[in-house]
Amino acid sequence: MTARLRKLIMFPLAFAFVAALWEAYKAVGPENGGRVLGFGLLPRTGDRAMPHVWKMVSRLGRPEVRGGKETILSVVTSATWYSFRVAFAAFVIGTLLGIAVAVLMARFRLLERALMPYLIVSQTVPIIVLAPLIIGLMAYGSRDLVSKTWIAATLLGVFLAFFPVAVATLRGLQSTPPAAMELMESLASPWWRTLLKLRFPAAVPYIAPALRIAGASAVVGVVVAEISLGVPLGVGRLILSYGQEASTDPPKLYTAVFGAAVLGLVMAVLVALIDRQMMRRHPPAGT
Amino acid sequence: MDVTSDTGDAVRVRGVSKVFNRGAANQVDALVDIDLTVHRGEFVSLIGPSGCGKSTLLRLIADLTEPTAGELIVNGKSAHQARLDQDYGMAFQQSGLFDWRTVERNIELPLELKGWDKARRRARSAEMLNLVKLPEFASHMPWQLSGGMQQRVAIARALAAHPQLLLMDEPFGALDEMTREHMQAELLRICSETGTTVVFVTHSIPEAVYLADRVVVMSPRPGRITATVDVGLGRDRSELTREASEFFDRVTEVREALRGTHVGDAVSGIDDR
Amino acid sequence: MSTATRTRGSLAIVLPPVVFGVLFLALWQAWVEIANVKPFVIPKPTAIMQSLFEDPGLVTKACVVTGVNALVGLMGGAILGFIGAVLTNRFRLVADLVNPLAVTVAAVPAVVIVGVLNNMYALDSQIGRRIMVTIAVFFIVFVQVTKGLQHNDATQMELMQSYAATPRQVLAKVRVPNTMPFLFTAIRTAAPIAVIIALVSEYFGGTQDGLGTKISSTLNGSNKALGFAYVVGGSIVGLLFFAGSSLLEYLVVPWQRRRVHG
Repeated sequence: MTARLRKLIMFPLAFAFVAALWEAYKAVGPENGGRVLGFGLLPRTGDRAMPHVWKMVSRLGRPEVRGGKETILSVVTSATWYSFRVAFAAFVIGTLLGIAVAVLMARFRLLERALMPYLIVSQTVPIIVLAPLIIGLMAYGSRDLVSKTWIAATLLGVFLAFFPVAVATLRGLQSTPPAAMELMESLASPWWRTLLKLRFPAAVPYIAPALRIAGASAVVGVVVAEISLGVPLGVGRLILSYGQEASTDPPKLYTAVFGAAVLGLVMAVLVALIDRQMMRRHPPAGT
Repeated sequence: MDVTSDTGDAVRVRGVSKVFNRGAANQVDALVDIDLTVHRGEFVSLIGPSGCGKSTLLRLIADLTEPTAGELIVNGKSAHQARLDQDYGMAFQQSGLFDWRTVERNIELPLELKGWDKARRRARSAEMLNLVKLPEFASHMPWQLSGGMQQRVAIARALAAHPQLLLMDEPFGALDEMTREHMQAELLRICSETGTTVVFVTHSIPEAVYLADRVVVMSPRPGRITATVDVGLGRDRSELTREASEFFDRVTEVREALRGTHVGDAVSGIDDR
Repeated sequence: MSTATRTRGSLAIVLPPVVFGVLFLALWQAWVEIANVKPFVIPKPTAIMQSLFEDPGLVTKACVVTGVNALVGLMGGAILGFIGAVLTNRFRLVADLVNPLAVTVAAVPAVVIVGVLNNMYALDSQIGRRIMVTIAVFFIVFVQVTKGLQHNDATQMELMQSYAATPRQVLAKVRVPNTMPFLFTAIRTAAPIAVIIALVSEYFGGTQDGLGTKISSTLNGSNKALGFAYVVGGSIVGLLFFAGSSLLEYLVVPWQRRRVHG
């Protein structure tokens, strides 16, 4: 069995394993939750708190609202697709911006010295806290609510994707082997040509892994933005509103969660493909 | 093999062969029909181009791998038993020191595994540090030491349990020339003080001659012993020895023996300095 | 290096970002004053500082709630991740099952699961959020420590073989210590993530006294200056976590500082 085939089989098996654990705990766990070592550690196992796995799946097929025409599946799917487009746009813009800023910082040392600490700090500080601010700023404009939604979500996604790409690109540009740089100098190559022919290709092993983080960050940013906004478009908002109905219709929440999971996975697969394409001609990174 | 007739040879290799990937397309005859005896207290160098099997032979003696044919008697027992009884110490090209342990705790490692108590271990490691002339560095960490000093600690560790046999696989290979020569002198001093038998694998002809009583020349494809050169420079060697005419004669003798060993068509890796 | 050169060197490093920061704040302040931007849209930097120092206890309390959640999750996830990796090291099947989950948790805005978790516990419990952080940290640490366990130094392994050491001795004396750098690097990576997840988890229901909810409510309301003050508080918590875990790594795994290959 080849490694790739094995990995492919393991994926659904892993989820089946989790589902089995879920049901097993549900069967034996205490109805109203329990305490372990004095902490209320064990979750409640009633159908309200932990619906059966098959109920979650079957809920997909039934209508979203009582008497409504659309099934949850179609609602969740279209919401997920909407969020995906926003997240992808945010990812692309954030990446391009990050690379551009990194190139500028590589060119102008003063700029690098001025901005670098902030870039590093951005990796450790939860900049996602600024989400409400960006969304609040949107209230300032006069556009309609729907546009405001995706602009705000995109902005936040861009903001979150930008930083890891900028940091990684700069690091990659700065770690060109000095011997190669000296070669280009001896060939009297101007700065921009050296950048394109040497430093950029050499930086690819650094940029590629950062893209994965950027992709995931864009998704998180977009989903969080959607949750904070007042218009039910996109999968984030669905999660929140279904969550509010959780006491009457528990499995509904999980359907939205599945949608968000699919969103994240699709983005991850996409970025992984881009990664593979970029790294085609590179030996595995030694980092 | 009659063990009782063993008059105290440290190592006896009889008819040993080692084949990798037997029967497959990429079969390698690393060693074919090797016979070698190392007497107690002797210093033997193994030298040859890449692929001649010298490292494999060392690992067979150490029982880190098994022969395809033949037998190895170490310290009067099978190589396997000798390893279980910890009858030898070993040093590699990388010092293999544990970064998270102090120098003295690195030296104590084999003693710990043997179950010695702390006081006894501490006393022995102090003794070994004196032997390799690094007593002030007991509480230092390996990364604070230079490459040469790290190898000295590795040698101290290899001798910590006072084994009668020391197996060394190019331990000075990663060091620069000056440090190397210094380490060679140190090794000779240590071995004369402890009377240890040594089997030493190297790529360097001067190193092989300077250190050994006997230089065993090997050649590849298939790996075998092609010549043995008795050095005969006596045990009392110094820096002056390197400039003696007998030294140059032996070096030439080894070099010529090597020339008959397909050095040309292999990627030779022979250090002719 | 002379003192003069050293001072000049440190100035060159410190000055540009400080100047940039000060300039940025000054421009911000000026823009708000000149354009007469209302305080409920964008506050002045001075107003933010005022909010912060007027009642530091307010911001601190929220920081503590979120911070503790992040810390509990970070420690729990690290311990479980480490133990899990060591125990399952022998069983390839377990690693194969966990890896897809690790990939998913990394890719999916896993935070959405918090809504689910909160559903499973009482309304005033912080457990859901702590579990969320634990899960995220667990996978990071598990993957890294597993990688570390596979990273066997050939010389050290041959050495242990020459000592006729038992597999358990090899695990205890060589392989587990060799994973320490991986463990503490993973903790340093996971620390800021723990804070972020603790924070974002608060958007999904549960108690309303953590940084996430406070920031959200104040920034959506009219007291923007206070909202920014909370943001500053959140940034400080993030920095503290990063600094703390970096310090821990520096102290426990000092040989990472300078590897001399010998």
